[in-house]
Amino acid sequence: MTVTLPNPAATAASPQDTLVPKRTAWAAALAFVRRQPLGTFGLVIVVVMFLAGGLAEWIAPFDPEENDFAAMMEAPSLVHWLGTDQFGRDIFSRLVFGARTALIVGFSSAVLGGVIGLVMGVASAYFGGWFDLIFQRVLDVLMAFPLIILALAVVAVFGTGVFNVIIAITIPLVPRCGRVVRASALAVREVPYVDAARALGFSHSRIVLRHMVPNVLAPFLILLSAFVGQAILAEASLSYLGLGVQEPVPAWGLMLQGGAEEYATTAPWIAVFPGLAIMLTVLGISLFGDALRDAIDPKLRDR
Amino acid sequence: MYLRTGLLAAGLGLAATIAAVPAGAQTPKRGGTLVYMIPADSPPSFDGHRETTFATVHAAAPFYSVLIRVPPDNPASTTEYVCDLCTEMPKPTDDGKTYTFKIRPGVKFHDGSTLTAKDVGASWQRIVFPPQGVTSARVSYYAMVDKIEVPDDNTIVFKLKFATSAFLPALADPFTWIYKKEILDKDQHWYEKNIMGSGPFKFTSYDVGQAIKGARNPDYYHKGQPYLDAIEGIFADKQAVRVDAIRADRAAMEFRGLPPSARDSLVKEAGKDVVIQESDWNCGNIITPNHKKKPFDDVRVRRALALAIDQWAGAPALSKIATVKTVGGIVFPGSPLAATKEELQKMAGYWPDIEKSRAEARRLLKEAGAEGLKFELTNRNVDQPYKFVGTWLIGEWKKIGLNVEQKVVPTGPWFQAMRGGNFDVVVDANCQSIVNPALDTGKYLPKSIYPESYGDYDDPKSAELYNKMLRESDPKAQRAAMRAYETHTLDTMAHAIITPYWFRIIPERSYVKGWKISPSHYLNQDLANIWLDK
Amino acid sequence: MYRYVVTRLLLAVPTLVGAAALVFVLMRLIPGDVCVIRLGAGSHGNPGAIEACRQSLGLDNPLIVQFLDFLGNYFTFDFGTSMWSGRRVAHEIGSRLPVSLQIALMATVIAVLIAIPLGTISALKENTWLDHIVRMVAIAGIATPSFWLGIMSLVLVLDITYLATGKAWMPPIDYVPFWQDPLRNLSMVLLPAITVGYRYSAVTMRMTRSAMLEVMREDYIRTARSKGLLEQIIVNRHALKNALLPVVTLIGIEFAFLIGGLVVTEQVFNLNGIGRLFVQSVQNQDNVMTQALTMLVVTVFVLTNLVVDLLYAWLDPRIRYS
Repeated sequence: MTVTLPNPAATAASPQDTLVPKRTAWAAALAFVRRQPLGTFGLVIVVVMFLAGGLAEWIAPFDPEENDFAAMMEAPSLVHWLGTDQFGRDIFSRLVFGARTALIVGFSSAVLGGVIGLVMGVASAYFGGWFDLIFQRVLDVLMAFPLIILALAVVAVFGTGVFNVIIAITIPLVPRCGRVVRASALAVREVPYVDAARALGFSHSRIVLRHMVPNVLAPFLILLSAFVGQAILAEASLSYLGLGVQEPVPAWGLMLQGGAEEYATTAPWIAVFPGLAIMLTVLGISLFGDALRDAIDPKLRDR
Repeated sequence: MYLRTGLLAAGLGLAATIAAVPAGAQTPKRGGTLVYMIPADSPPSFDGHRETTFATVHAAAPFYSVLIRVPPDNPASTTEYVCDLCTEMPKPTDDGKTYTFKIRPGVKFHDGSTLTAKDVGASWQRIVFPPQGVTSARVSYYAMVDKIEVPDDNTIVFKLKFATSAFLPALADPFTWIYKKEILDKDQHWYEKNIMGSGPFKFTSYDVGQAIKGARNPDYYHKGQPYLDAIEGIFADKQAVRVDAIRADRAAMEFRGLPPSARDSLVKEAGKDVVIQESDWNCGNIITPNHKKKPFDDVRVRRALALAIDQWAGAPALSKIATVKTVGGIVFPGSPLAATKEELQKMAGYWPDIEKSRAEARRLLKEAGAEGLKFELTNRNVDQPYKFVGTWLIGEWKKIGLNVEQKVVPTGPWFQAMRGGNFDVVVDANCQSIVNPALDTGKYLPKSIYPESYGDYDDPKSAELYNKMLRESDPKAQRAAMRAYETHTLDTMAHAIITPYWFRIIPERSYVKGWKISPSHYLNQDLANIWLDK
Repeated sequence: MYRYVVTRLLLAVPTLVGAAALVFVLMRLIPGDVCVIRLGAGSHGNPGAIEACRQSLGLDNPLIVQFLDFLGNYFTFDFGTSMWSGRRVAHEIGSRLPVSLQIALMATVIAVLIAIPLGTISALKENTWLDHIVRMVAIAGIATPSFWLGIMSLVLVLDITYLATGKAWMPPIDYVPFWQDPLRNLSMVLLPAITVGYRYSAVTMRMTRSAMLEVMREDYIRTARSKGLLEQIIVNRHALKNALLPVVTLIGIEFAFLIGGLVVTEQVFNLNGIGRLFVQSVQNQDNVMTQALTMLVVTVFVLTNLVVDLLYAWLDPRIRYS
């Protein structure tokens, strides 16, 4: 129907190459560290963020939502390691809890958007014909549609809870995943064993799930890692427009929104640390994702 | 009164208030262009009679005259009004029911024609009794007006249905611009997209969404004014840009009001080059529980919401981060009709002993079976001070075990939620121009009388107390009547919670002289008395 | 080829109608309307005012009539009248388009100038420290929230000029067209263009790098190598030329995104462009304006995609139309 563009992720892994030679996990890990110093660095950041988000209750020294008017806008000190914000809340504690929000928003949106895109993309490629044609148009619409309108409508209708923010961020991710997956799946569709499965009279869902999905998993996973970072950034952008997670929930984008606008010069720690947290996390995820791509992409690996 | 120097203000509100420099201390200099920021996107139209946004006033007020106004050299006064187009403030006759104004002779519109009482009459007729197809936003302010008459070219007479202290302040409303009758007769909508008045500046150009420019009107009737050669207002709704612009002297000032953080950073970075003026603001956020939703139909629950809030400790703290400062009741704190601190402290939500107050709140909740209540606080997507107030309240309510989630929505859905009664508790606002407590407090009447009272309760007693206050002409008796209405609203029925009044902070480059702050960002915006000391 | 173009154009119609339907429905799902926003705070005791306003704007017409009006307007290139300002939509958009286009173009130029050389170097020196640094810088560009970058860079400019000259300086805040005052124009537009261009170049650079890596492993490059051609010639003549295909695609698509993506940057730098107008019209619930802008963005996107695809097909004979 359309010209298939060689998306880097899509062309990176052709279906035959997904079998990874057996190696011990330890050796594989070591090899990864040696070959991918940047990726390892990224992985470390991601792990640290996961630990912070997962163990927030034990790590954070203060209640992240407790206003303390006796300690407003205090500079970093031994008590408040990264200072306090305009409500006297401990910034370190809010960052730690914010990691949880970021990961929840980031991963939920990425997984949700990714899985919907995956299912639709594979189904579209498998069934082809009218289904594919209509599906392609839906993707086109979603792809071209400005995010701000979608986000605003979702937020205006349902309000600004974490769940609604996830929905607003998920929607634009669906078509991007759907596109890539469809392209990869189209390549798989012509492969003999899918034909064979069809000839054997396997059900549609079985063929799609058992034979096609596994073969588009490589580009899908790479895409997913990119989505997590994009979702975290999208949350920050929505926050800037006042459409993101709301006070007093600790969230990085939210901390940045008020902080960067008002306190960039008088209390810079309010604006700087959440910004760094977002940057580092997205950086870590992207570096790790790149490394993952290189590791999965056999052409790169064998070089 | 509220003028403070920038250096003093650096002490985060600890600075002492010093008296204003007498107006005649320096002789104004002629010339120069004032570049100022208009903290909004372009207004929907330039028709002041129709619009309610300050963006219209900040953009177009310099091009128009009004009948009467607050004194430009003492705009902070809440009781004094002076003539703009009239020759002297009249004494009412007919038991306070007739006001006769003489119009200044020889005033010229910018097109060269002469302004007469007919133009004034046509404009006021349009404001008070708008013809079919014309929207006048403030009709309800003039409910007391029976007739407007123009017996000759120099006279306009207002006849009232009943005598009230609310009339003169309503007449001084800053949106009541005088248009040319001939133009109105031809096209009632002409003034929406065009500008032609008799004010201190002549309109020169408008760049949609970007800037509006004006040049000095040499025929202006206030002798010697305006001092400036030209004005330029630049639209910018993002705060960071505006603060940066004042710091870098891309603009000399803005007139709405910036938060304390902006003041602090400007004082820190620009030092002597910036002067700060501050004032209480005739605006406040009102917390309105939805009486149609359980359990907020229960006065005990509403009282508990009020009792949980530590206004006396919260206000000074909030004043460091948000555009709020002074604790008050339903009347603007600067007005003679406002409650004193002692009077306030008798009502729920203002008790001096916060521990006792919170204990009572918990007791009431328990009694009402609403312990650990979980609800949504609907708020407007505006940082200052809406979201700051909301975040503060949620923290206060948490202390009596309430679990509140903030639901922030854009302006349209926010209005719609209030109008449709689609909320649990909402952060509403009451923002008025001229300090006119008798009208401003209409907000707390039942919805059947005042459509913008969003609590949606029926309360005949409230209406009775309000009407007594409105028609009382003796100041002392009126004050007592106001207390009764206030106590009923805030304490007995706990219809609403008043959060600290907004606080206006205006930084200006120190070469800007002559402009004085007032309790409203709608007031005193014709810029005629501003001059530049450069 | 001709048939392919026609097919693609025809296929764009459902996309455009779909987008039109989507924005139409979404705008009406949002509670409240432009009349409530304009009059909400001041029509005390005058509920008739809001009704009158709705009537005059046609908000009380049946939805299907409103939708057909909108579609009709779109396909006849008459975008109607803004519900907020009462001015022609074409006029409002027209007066704001130059700023946005200028920034988008400058950002693209900046991005291309930075991205292609750096991406190529990064690919050629794969897995050296140089490659690592370039990639880190690139990824940091993608990882930074753009509004934060904008605000911080403004503060930085103010601080640096203050320390250097004792007088804080910032770019002008009101737009002057380039042909009127080039210096003032550039001093206003440069910083936002760099902020946008940085992110843009980061994306493009990564694409250049991976495309280069892929091309360098192709057989014909190996052949060229085995023939003993100079590395420089191989890179310039053969590899780069082919690697640029996906890069051109990306630049095209990103450019289409850029028009809609200027939203945040225009706010930060107070640029009176399309992005800011977009936010305003959405916030004011100016349905006519929002619909027109959405269709503008969608149309640009669809057309850019088409052009890119055609260009692509033309450049690379291996692609077949189907």
